[in-house]
Amino acid sequence: MVTPAQAPAVVTEPTAGSTRRRRGLTGNLLFFRNRKTVIGLVILGFFTVLALIGDLIAPYDPSLPSEVGLQPPSADHWLGTTLLGQDILSQILVGTRGVLFVGLLAGLLAAVLSVLVGVTAGFLGGIGDEGLSLLSNIFLVIPALPLIIIVAGLLPDAGGLTVALIIALTGWAWGARVLRAQTLSLRRRDFIEAARANGESTWRIIVFEILPNLTAVIASGFIGTVIFAILSEITLAFMGVTNISEWNWGTILFWAQSNQALALGAWWWFVPAGLCIAAVGTALTLINFGIDEFVNPRLRTTGKNAKILRARRIRARVGFTPVYRGTGKEQS
Amino acid sequence: MRYLLRRAAFYLLTAWAAITLNFLIPRMLPGDPVRSLIARFQGRISVEATESLYILFGLDEQKSLWQQYLDYWGNLLSGNLGLSFAYFPTPVVDIIEQSLPWTLALVGLSTILSFVLGTMLGVWVGWRRGTWADGLLPVTNFLSAIPYFWIGLIAIAVFAVAWPIFPASGGFDPGLIPSATPEFIGSAIYHGLLPAFTIVISSVAGWILGMRNMMVTVSSEDYVTVAHAKGLPERRVMIGYAARNAVLPNVSGFALSLGFIVGGTLVTEMVFTYPGIGYMLFQAVGAKDYPLMQGFFLIITLSVLVANMLADIAYAVLDPRTRQEG
Amino acid sequence: MTGEPVLEIRNLSVEYGYDADAVRVLRDVNLTLHAGEVLGLAGESGCGKSTLAYAATRLLPPPGIITGGEVVFTSTRDDRRYDLLTATDDELRATRWEDTAIVFQGAMNSLNPVYRIGRQLTDAISAHRPEQSARQRRDRAAELLDMVGIPADRLRSYPHQLSGGMRQRVMIAMALALEPQLVIMDEPTTALDVVMQRQILQQLADLRTRLGFSVVFITHDVSLLIELADRIAVMYAGEIVEDATASQMYRTPRHPYTDGLLHSFPPLHGPRQELGGIPGAPPDLMSLPRGCTFAPRCRVALDRCRDERPALTATAFADREPHRRVACFQHEREAAAIPPSLTVM
Repeated sequence: MVTPAQAPAVVTEPTAGSTRRRRGLTGNLLFFRNRKTVIGLVILGFFTVLALIGDLIAPYDPSLPSEVGLQPPSADHWLGTTLLGQDILSQILVGTRGVLFVGLLAGLLAAVLSVLVGVTAGFLGGIGDEGLSLLSNIFLVIPALPLIIIVAGLLPDAGGLTVALIIALTGWAWGARVLRAQTLSLRRRDFIEAARANGESTWRIIVFEILPNLTAVIASGFIGTVIFAILSEITLAFMGVTNISEWNWGTILFWAQSNQALALGAWWWFVPAGLCIAAVGTALTLINFGIDEFVNPRLRTTGKNAKILRARRIRARVGFTPVYRGTGKEQS
Repeated sequence: MRYLLRRAAFYLLTAWAAITLNFLIPRMLPGDPVRSLIARFQGRISVEATESLYILFGLDEQKSLWQQYLDYWGNLLSGNLGLSFAYFPTPVVDIIEQSLPWTLALVGLSTILSFVLGTMLGVWVGWRRGTWADGLLPVTNFLSAIPYFWIGLIAIAVFAVAWPIFPASGGFDPGLIPSATPEFIGSAIYHGLLPAFTIVISSVAGWILGMRNMMVTVSSEDYVTVAHAKGLPERRVMIGYAARNAVLPNVSGFALSLGFIVGGTLVTEMVFTYPGIGYMLFQAVGAKDYPLMQGFFLIITLSVLVANMLADIAYAVLDPRTRQEG
Repeated sequence: MTGEPVLEIRNLSVEYGYDADAVRVLRDVNLTLHAGEVLGLAGESGCGKSTLAYAATRLLPPPGIITGGEVVFTSTRDDRRYDLLTATDDELRATRWEDTAIVFQGAMNSLNPVYRIGRQLTDAISAHRPEQSARQRRDRAAELLDMVGIPADRLRSYPHQLSGGMRQRVMIAMALALEPQLVIMDEPTTALDVVMQRQILQQLADLRTRLGFSVVFITHDVSLLIELADRIAVMYAGEIVEDATASQMYRTPRHPYTDGLLHSFPPLHGPRQELGGIPGAPPDLMSLPRGCTFAPRCRVALDRCRDERPALTATAFADREPHRRVACFQHEREAAAIPPSLTVM
């Protein structure tokens, strides 16, 4: 399970106002040329399509029982059936929407909250900053999942929307913390000072000078929260805390668990859903790595150079500079 | 010392916030299910117990919110968290007392083990950057994207069902009575191995990645180059100079992510029907046992806070800059 | 002052990066340091002076890579002689600090923040002199601190408890721990205020007289080198463009770049003069001009300078200045063009 602390920390290199535009064009191309990003986006795109058309292409009604219970994968049921004879492929297809909907919605809400709290704290400084930082630290330390479980458990039949709201309310703190630190360092940069000296309003500075420079941090925080939200949502569904009649991958695992799928040896009941979760999670992590390498060129070069170094049997390391007398650049 | 005092003040404040949150949540949410449950137990429940439940869930509309808050604290300080519905009429505190040691042993030990293991592997992978050790990274990446409980399910399917070398559930052999006998302790360890393995596998990836990145960053610091220039043995440079400094942010990261990790590990208990807090919380949710859920949230939060404090103390010990001597 | 050669750098080439985009930051650098000599290495930031020092000691961090040449160290105390570029890791470890010690740029980050000063002074001793007792090592560490004017009770301090000047002096003490034959100093005083800078340089001069090690002193401040160094090598765009004794360089700079450098600092002695400076910016190492790398900024450049690259060779006045080298087609002309204010001294 990815915790925000383990998600790659985005370090923005100094991007002064003047260089921003240039980076915009060439930078975006670089971002999409990154192999990790492309793989991540393709996987995520695949599941997004499933989320949109899943219920249309599902071969069966996911809730409809049939006589063929507990069948391993076959031509009729590609991923087998549940104890009640429901088609597992259809459950996964129909369930994709719920997973992505809650994940993206919660991620979006939490991103908005973290920007509001983090940027304000970083920009205000003083007592306002102290208070807001304290608030985010408190939310960071209080274990989120048990809190979500309690709140969702107290609510009768919590549906997707409610779950997304609760997750957003508990999951914004990490992003806020990172954004605050970034805003603090941006605030002291020359182009912000210049804008302030020009008498631009605080609002203008935040929206037009600071936010554009925080895009990567916000994006990375957003993706981190989406991962957290998806995992939390699936965990809640698996525990049966949320409405078990709404299909998502966690609900499938809930029914598998409560029907003793493990003891029955029905691996097809719980393996596909888990792999789907892992695929979406990995895709999001890869996109995040892409953002990270996009922002921090030092990480990028090592990845690109690894092959050349291996081919030449050079080990680049600190403390013992390698000597390579092969084909260096032509003597000029 | 100033650093630790400041941290202690922060934790006290956080504890207060968590307790107050615990007080407010049931009052902000619709209270009818609790009322109906109390009604169901009417007659079997003492007047006193009813009253404590009323205090717990703010059902007494005669009292002001402030008075309710004071009563809530009064109850809390005297160790009264109400009665469990599901295990009626056992007090919530008793259930916590029974299940907490299991969780502390399993989650505590395996989380620390995972942190230590991951940090050590991260030191190694980060130091040998650019070698085949980098091949470990995609694997850790994949593992960190999977929920704990699913790895638990797979572990059971493989090691308890398909190839039964470990028990699939429980914290000890059901034929034994919990006691301090070697037989019982052996059985408890045997039952704990698979869940512990699950927790380590699913959380170790994050520590490897975090420590590896810190090692890469710290390795380019001047003092590491100085250590190389001094001709110190490689192990000395790697451990004493690079890892010794890289571990600092990892320890504070450990403190900050404890809240998230504990959430995941509790669900692992559930999968293994391990008799700790996580499994009991699951039971409480299933039975809509609100007092138990509240009690568990409180104890989980307080445990995480204590663990955080310990991590902070460890940090203070590791980093001389936190203990300014004047 | 020139004794036997201690360090001979021959045709040293260094690149940053490993692929087609690699930048050549050092191109066939030749430089010899003699026993007991203070050699100044000067140039604008990015000219490769620090790179030269780190590459010669194999301490250049990734993505730096040495692509050719040799760096031969000859011990003046015994008959050891080796090429640092072909040495194995273990050989390098054994000779580092023993033969060559370094005082790094920016003492703020040169000390390990989590170890006490004493431990950082003694760990080099224990790595190279395992036969010494802990007691001997500690006494030696106290003695070293005393040498740079820091009370011995500071051994128990952590780096963050020391001022910037103290930290830099600790680094100097550390460099002298094993009495090396060569000490490389990379801008050792840049981060300090002028008073502290003077104090440390004075101390350094005294220590050198007492202990007799050779020094490579890297700085962008040529006027400092004129006072401090026996010989100065000026670097430009990854090459040495002039190599002369300090007094020769001060009196008659032969390369127009050296001339510009000397004019960009006010002289400490002598009559007031106009600060000249050098127009333009250092060239992009990715796309160097075909001819002399300095030609685009040079006031006296001819067509030949833009087509051919001058080599670092003896000057036209080799009979008068035998050890002097310069890489400029115009160095004879330049000698005549020197303003009288400079030649007065």
